Amino acid sequence: MSARITLAVAGRVLTQVRRDHRTLAMLLVVPCVLISLLWWMFEDVPGDLFDRFGPALLAMFPFIVMFLVTSVTTLRERSSGTLERLLTMPMGRLDFLLGYALAFGLLAAVQAALAVGVSVGLLGLEVAGPVWLLGVVAVVDAVLGTALGLLVSAFATTEFQAVQFMPAFVLPQILLCGLFVPRTSMPDVLAAISNVLPLSYAVDAMQELVARADQGEVWRDVLVVAVFALAALGLGAATLRRRTP
Amino acid sequence: MMKNVVEVRDLVVVRGSREVLPGISLDVPAGVTGLLGPSGCGKTTLLRCLVGAQRVRSGTVRVLGEPAGSAPLRTRVGYVTQAASVYDDLTVAENLRFFARVLGVDPASVDEAIGSVDLAGHRDQLVSRLSGGQRSRVSLAVALLGKPDLLVLDEPTVGLDPVLRRDLWQLFHGIADAGAAVLVSSHVMDEAERCHRLLLMREGRIIADGPPEEVRERTGAADIEGAFLHLVESA
Repeated sequence: MSARITLAVAGRVLTQVRRDHRTLAMLLVVPCVLISLLWWMFEDVPGDLFDRFGPALLAMFPFIVMFLVTSVTTLRERSSGTLERLLTMPMGRLDFLLGYALAFGLLAAVQAALAVGVSVGLLGLEVAGPVWLLGVVAVVDAVLGTALGLLVSAFATTEFQAVQFMPAFVLPQILLCGLFVPRTSMPDVLAAISNVLPLSYAVDAMQELVARADQGEVWRDVLVVAVFALAALGLGAATLRRRTP
Repeated sequence: MMKNVVEVRDLVVVRGSREVLPGISLDVPAGVTGLLGPSGCGKTTLLRCLVGAQRVRSGTVRVLGEPAGSAPLRTRVGYVTQAASVYDDLTVAENLRFFARVLGVDPASVDEAIGSVDLAGHRDQLVSRLSGGQRSRVSLAVALLGKPDLLVLDEPTVGLDPVLRRDLWQLFHGIADAGAAVLVSSHVMDEAERCHRLLLMREGRIIADGPPEEVRERTGAADIEGAFLHLVESA
């Protein structure tokens, strides 16, 4: 592993994203628009539904977006031959993975700053805990999305397939994360499944922060998400082989 | 006689259910060596073995005295795949700078590499805006970074115009004159005369090995294409 190479990968990925103005705009603007839409939708409904759904959405954006972006970009690296070329160079597998995680983590930090800024500053989301901790949770979610995206890209041979992994891997997590039905009210089997899905903990962390601000709870959830992300990165590293059949 | 740069012994590679290389042995000395053979004969698989990208069943591959693909070789062997393995959404210079950082070579070698493939006028252009020939030259420039001791080139001259092809062969000879070994694969037999030495390949085997004039004389053919046909028919 080498810091020089990891930073080279991260820098290159960020340059590529910066070049792609449309993707960059979507990454940064779409979350703000969606969170505003959510707020507007609940405006005339009694109760504090925005306070319940808003935090969950803040946890999902970085996860979903980074999952998609990473699975497609790394698939492109695999099919264009650049990955093979890099692996014939002094590039460690972890350099490659951490470079991507670093680049998309940074991007997620900017994305989270904007989305949280809009939610708290403009839409009046009341956060009981420290606002910066929302950003930390968002970045860890993004790294999780990146790690899972890297992993599934190994099992896709076309960009169409890579995109299809999104409903397969991400939608079940959204359904079972406790947003629609509290996890304690789910049938036992589903609650058990929900307990082993990382997004459940990401959403928990956000909701905890907004509602009660038990920081110990939040950090525990963040730790669980981080462990999932590390495990996915480890599995992803196993799919990057210098020698292929 | 100089020591061989590449030594392959009894190499067996199986891809899927097909034995692509059924036990091939060969040597590559310094200078420009041409690996010639029809499409699908196993040239790319063989080259992938030399850079350590191919899973092999059995046999040994040694490059510059080390096992192929081992860590000390990763800065000493330049590899150009058939498709241009560069980033379309970066400029020529950005691509080169990135790979130079990965290799840990002096940033000054970036402009040198761009110059040697004659793309100085395009250095700040996006690779996606370049022609096919220009893109493959960007890919070649990446392989030249850090002045490797062995350059492995998979069909680098396919689809290029005659002037460019001549210039590239001059570049390969320049690199070889500076002391490196250059291994160039091609399915175009008329490129044979430009090599110091030839390896003719068919169905995963080497059917002839030696300087072009020697291969021609041995078969009594007028050119390498004739020699190839003669070798195939008399086998």
